[in-house]
Amino acid sequence: MNRLLARLLLIPAMVPLLLWMIVPLVMTIYFSFIRYNLLQPEQSGFVGLENFEYFVTDPSFGAAVLNTVLLLGSVIIITVLLGVALALLTDAPFPGRSLVRLLLIAPFFVMPTVNALLWKHMMMNPIYGVLAQVWLFFGAQPVDWLTDYPLLSVIIMVAWQWLPFATLIFMTALQGMNHEQLEAARMDGANYLQQLRYLYMPHLARSMAVVVMIEMIFLLGIFAEISTTTNGGPGDASTNVTFLIFKQALLNFDAGVASAGALFAVLLANVAAWFLIRMVGKNLDR
Amino acid sequence: MTVTRRRSSPPLGPLALRTAAAWAAALLLFFPLGWLLLTAFKTELQAISVPPLLWFTPTLENFLEVQERSDYLLYAGNSVITSVLSTLLGLLLAAPAAYAMAFFKGRYTKDILMWMLSTKMMPAVGALVPIYVLAQKSQLLDTRLALIIVFTLSNLPIMVWMLYSHFKDIPHEILEAARMDGATLWQEVRLVLLPLGMGGLASTGLLCLVLAWNEAFWSLNLSAAKAGTLATLIASYSSPEGLFWAKLSAASLMAIAPIVVFGWFSQKQLVQGLTFGAVK
Repeated sequence: MNRLLARLLLIPAMVPLLLWMIVPLVMTIYFSFIRYNLLQPEQSGFVGLENFEYFVTDPSFGAAVLNTVLLLGSVIIITVLLGVALALLTDAPFPGRSLVRLLLIAPFFVMPTVNALLWKHMMMNPIYGVLAQVWLFFGAQPVDWLTDYPLLSVIIMVAWQWLPFATLIFMTALQGMNHEQLEAARMDGANYLQQLRYLYMPHLARSMAVVVMIEMIFLLGIFAEISTTTNGGPGDASTNVTFLIFKQALLNFDAGVASAGALFAVLLANVAAWFLIRMVGKNLDR
Repeated sequence: MTVTRRRSSPPLGPLALRTAAAWAAALLLFFPLGWLLLTAFKTELQAISVPPLLWFTPTLENFLEVQERSDYLLYAGNSVITSVLSTLLGLLLAAPAAYAMAFFKGRYTKDILMWMLSTKMMPAVGALVPIYVLAQKSQLLDTRLALIIVFTLSNLPIMVWMLYSHFKDIPHEILEAARMDGATLWQEVRLVLLPLGMGGLASTGLLCLVLAWNEAFWSLNLSAAKAGTLATLIASYSSPEGLFWAKLSAASLMAIAPIVVFGWFSQKQLVQGLTFGAVK
């Protein structure tokens, strides 16, 4: 009786999720083998692997894959390193600590489109932007961020948004430190670096695994920050795989090629997931 | 939630230095948001003045103009409706599954959980064309219903995971005792599970509300002028270069203020939620 009931209770979540996974996947596979234009849906026909060939030989393809990896890698590295530093810095009491913490975590709750436009217009604008004014103040030539360093600009925006998340997780993890152990280590004359190496880092390993996992899930799909700022450009300088597929689908209306690209993105995500399970899975296993 | 007495950590350098460093970091990182806040109360001319103005007479005209120019209230309403309804729907679907897996652990429970998380690994863009075509064919493009369904489904794996890890921490003995005493399933749920699992349900709901409110990929691609959320409204400010900063800031401020304040209040639950309770 109970087993049956338990199975029944799984249905409301499992069936929709199954559909959510299977239906688009089957459709994507189907579309990827036909010529399918969203504006002229009647013109379709089997084209074999042509869509795949087209997507992979697209000059933007290499750039998109490289940008995806660079974006993912640099944002994870920046947020983990600075996140640990900020969490350690704000772990012990000091005047105004709670306010400092609120200020530090605020960007995480800002929606990506606001984040993107805030940086594009008000921070990175080469004439009126705050950064340009700072550059001028120091006698330097202002930088046209989105044109000259498009990928770096996107990395800065995304890292700014995700740093608070990492910081928040590490702050919480530090509260679970064993303080007897820390005091004992200090009594034994361990210096700060040694404490960091042998006590803090092992303790933070699990939360680092969590941060890497969650960020990977969300960063592979970075879209709004690109579509509202650089539009992938100039050229392909800030196009990632997600944006390239979007371009094929809703700008070129070429659903066939976009679907071939989507299958590639799924493959990429699976590779990432494999690494994830290898690297962090054991940390999460309880 | 247990109250643990917090002892001070080993201080990193002298207090004055640490205080200064922490404040400097906080102000630097908060600066873009602070600037947005200031710009929202400037006139357009003041907003682009060089060098930037720090002292000025604040004006409220931007907020009025945002409403007039693009019907802010419509977008805000769409944001509220889609995020609240998708959260509630998600809780309704996820809670029974999480309950079943936490209290009737079977041979495949772990596999099911991993499978659910794996659907989250599938990038949204992988489903873009099919979902777009389905929405188009069923005339759901630019409707709130489409957004609610998509938001619910994309948050569902995370919701199941979060609820599962919360429910798992409820002592089994309590439920067993209730069952021994002859409680029906409904009584068990209402008198034991709901009160004890309230924290979990609340933090799951909070997180999904934040995620749905800030969701941009699907709202940008599936909605426009009718069902657009605040994320879509803000994106529409991306083209007019330079001239609408004050209005953009006012609109942005109105779009993020509720959820930032909300996020501040619920940060503890959010951490638990986002890490599936793995970090405490």
